[in-house]
Amino acid sequence: MAAEMEPPPLGDAGQTDFREIEDGEGFFVSTVTILESPEPSSPDPPSMPAEGISTNGPKQEDISLDDDPEDLFAEATEEVSLDSPEREPILSDGPSPAITPVTPTAMLTPRMGLGTAEMFERSLDEVSSWVKLTSMTIFSKNETTVRRRFSDFLGLHSKLASRYLHIGYIVPPAPEKSIVGMTKVKVGKEDLSSAEFVEKRRSALERYLMRTVKHPILLKDPDVMMFLESSELPRAVSTQALSGAGILRMVNKAADAVNKMTIKMNESDAWFEEKHQQFENLDLQLRKLHASVECLVCHRKELSVNTASFAKSAAMLGNSEDHTALSRALSQLAEVEEKIDQLHQDQAYADFYLFSELLGDYVRLITAVKGVFDHRMKTWSKWQDTQLLLQKKREAESKLQFANKPDKLQQAQDEIKELEGKVQQGEKDFELISKTIRKEVSRFEKERVKDFKVVIIKYLESLVQTQQQLIKYWEAFLPEAKAIA
Amino acid sequence: MYLLWDSWCGVCFQKLANIDLQHTICTFLLYIYIFYITIMTSTIDDSDKEKALSVSVDLNNDTSLLIDIPDALCERDKVKFTVHTKTTLSSFQKPDFSVPRQHEDFIWLHDALVETEDYAGLIIPPAPPKPDFESPREKMHKLGEGEATMTKEEYTKMKQELEAEYLAVFKKTVQVHEVFLQRLSSHPVLSKDRNFQIFLEYDQDLSVRRKNAKETFGSFFKNMVKSADEVIISGIKEVDDFFEQEKTFLLDYSSKIKDSTARAEKMTRSHKNIADDYIHISSTLSSVSVDDNTALKKHFEKLSDLFEKLRKVEGRVASDQELKLTELLRYYMRDIQAAKDLLYRRARTLADYENSNKALGKARLKSKDVAAAEEQQQQCLQRFNKLSESGKRELTSFKGRRVVAFRKNLIEMAELEIKHAKNNMSLLQDCIELFKSS
Repeated sequence: MAAEMEPPPLGDAGQTDFREIEDGEGFFVSTVTILESPEPSSPDPPSMPAEGISTNGPKQEDISLDDDPEDLFAEATEEVSLDSPEREPILSDGPSPAITPVTPTAMLTPRMGLGTAEMFERSLDEVSSWVKLTSMTIFSKNETTVRRRFSDFLGLHSKLASRYLHIGYIVPPAPEKSIVGMTKVKVGKEDLSSAEFVEKRRSALERYLMRTVKHPILLKDPDVMMFLESSELPRAVSTQALSGAGILRMVNKAADAVNKMTIKMNESDAWFEEKHQQFENLDLQLRKLHASVECLVCHRKELSVNTASFAKSAAMLGNSEDHTALSRALSQLAEVEEKIDQLHQDQAYADFYLFSELLGDYVRLITAVKGVFDHRMKTWSKWQDTQLLLQKKREAESKLQFANKPDKLQQAQDEIKELEGKVQQGEKDFELISKTIRKEVSRFEKERVKDFKVVIIKYLESLVQTQQQLIKYWEAFLPEAKAIA
Repeated sequence: MYLLWDSWCGVCFQKLANIDLQHTICTFLLYIYIFYITIMTSTIDDSDKEKALSVSVDLNNDTSLLIDIPDALCERDKVKFTVHTKTTLSSFQKPDFSVPRQHEDFIWLHDALVETEDYAGLIIPPAPPKPDFESPREKMHKLGEGEATMTKEEYTKMKQELEAEYLAVFKKTVQVHEVFLQRLSSHPVLSKDRNFQIFLEYDQDLSVRRKNAKETFGSFFKNMVKSADEVIISGIKEVDDFFEQEKTFLLDYSSKIKDSTARAEKMTRSHKNIADDYIHISSTLSSVSVDDNTALKKHFEKLSDLFEKLRKVEGRVASDQELKLTELLRYYMRDIQAAKDLLYRRARTLADYENSNKALGKARLKSKDVAAAEEQQQQCLQRFNKLSESGKRELTSFKGRRVVAFRKNLIEMAELEIKHAKNNMSLLQDCIELFKSS
């Protein structure tokens, strides 16, 4: 199994500074780090590299690929062992070291993280954005830094979607454009909301990229590799909202919606019926949950603001109080409340970036899953249509046989042969897409379970931390209150 | 006792579940009366007693006159309090008696005391504020409108929360009225007031003695006079250092405490909102878990459970903060106003004295009515001295009272916050353990 594979020398856990600035779209800076870590049989998330992460970015996510016979890395390891002479003894387990080279792994675990987002200075025409990736050895180099714009991400997604969605692969959706947010940023407002917007976008793009590379098929896609590696990408104009392509997309979407309503599929496979229903329900519930959590985030931010304003007024009250001990206690209270307001703000961030964004991502992912189911329906309907057409042609042919028109007969028979081929192809396509969807759905469910579990634990831990801090602050205040003579 | 309350609540809720929400409010409030008796006449545990007296300490210690409000009835907008007195004093007809009183009766008593000349040198305890059910009523209305969008469970929980809020407002208003009476009864001078006695004893409706329209108009003018007072008090040259200090302090402090009270209220409301959000999240999580048949099913159930428990703690954090901090600030905001009123009265007598001095000087010049002017001047001086003396006493004891109350409440609030945070933490950690192990 894994142990028998020769551990390929892998690139470092490099820092990936991921700065993306758009002249028309978004700009932010983030750090992308791909690093490998050993993964023994138990999928324990290895520790994060501490080094090189520029300041306060949200934590890095791990991804571990399952021991899938189709695993990309199975191939990779073989490839590499031919090339690189470097090898190292396999570590039984252990976290991946921060920067030390070559972590031998039984299985490659790409880990990508994006560091902080900072507003980058806008140069007059082009703005720089770069993604530096430590790539797997299947890539040409160990560590790459590339600059990417927001529209590049959208372009990548649209390419992947057009290539893979209709054959049943669940392509993770890209983050959405936001005109309001972008305008604020473009105007150059240095305030909190535009910094927040940049951070939000950076974090969303990070999660998007990670989900994409977690998918074994998508990672092999040449476009993805080019995205991660090549220094220059052709500008993806078709992703602009008001372009011709954009309008075409909207028209297509509308047509699809109409089609969906008219196709009546004979579902022979109960599994699909069941799964479809499940995803519909899950969609509804997750949307509701997402709305509630957004409400929570909003209220927590409010609480933080109100606590801060109370802290100020308590300080003033303490100043005007003439009993010295009480005055001191009131000032201490003001300080405690100020610290608590910061705590609430941090908690609101955790609420948002961990819980709310997870739910938002999954709402969008489930839309992609539903899209894949719809594609299956389309494939089926195409197949059925070709069959009908074949039948009609056959009837026409039998009529022609009696009418005795040899060349038309020949033509009809040729057409029939062609159609028979198409019908067979249609059937094969349908089977293929059904099979792919089954696999995808099971992979998706597995991912979902893991994802939710990891994020929920992180979120609960953030709540625990808040409570711990609260205890600390109030315990520090208590003697002050008792000291009032 | 809260168990009893809960079971009653469940019963009455089931009955009311199908009735229109507006009617629910009224009938529910009637039920509050019954439950309140159940709660109050049975053993009140110490913490409740503590809560009741937290804003003003050392009340009701004098056994010669013990007052409490054992129950109250709420109809529509009006609250009827039952004032119960136990006394060993001979000035009362019976040793133990109860009378029903309305909020307006308390206001009448307060105004009567304020208007009594003899008490000009005393801090009259501030009148209790009108019972205000506006906020929970609004929320109940909104809940009724949003009923269709929630599951039955969620709706039930939200309703429970609201009922708890109604009860909290109700309890607070009873407490505030009770404290008012208790401060009167523990004051050496005010407890002997005739009007106070009438209030406690008169077993018929007091409305005959309450303000009629003419008097209400008169109070409007009184308020105008008061604002003129503020001008006087800032303009007058103070002869006494103590009062000079007190004046500056009280004027400044009063505006600051008003500000703090408003902001503390906002803060408490945000806490309540978060507790409500947890309800929604908990119920949505449980519906997600119903549909899910992956390994996440159990996780969602546990999470939903956790949020349900968390919201109870958060709710308690909010209500404790309200009681210990916001109520404290609110009460002392009113008390400081009462202290300021004392200063105004004293400033007026000082102004009178100065005027009488001038009049005396004029009379001496004209050699007319000198004796009358002298008499007047002596009276003014006496009144002024009396007010200054009692005023000094009152203000000093007021400061002491305030410091003690603040200390008690701040300590209690800090202790409760710690307790709740520890509670939260243990709930969360248990859940994390479950998650990690499964």
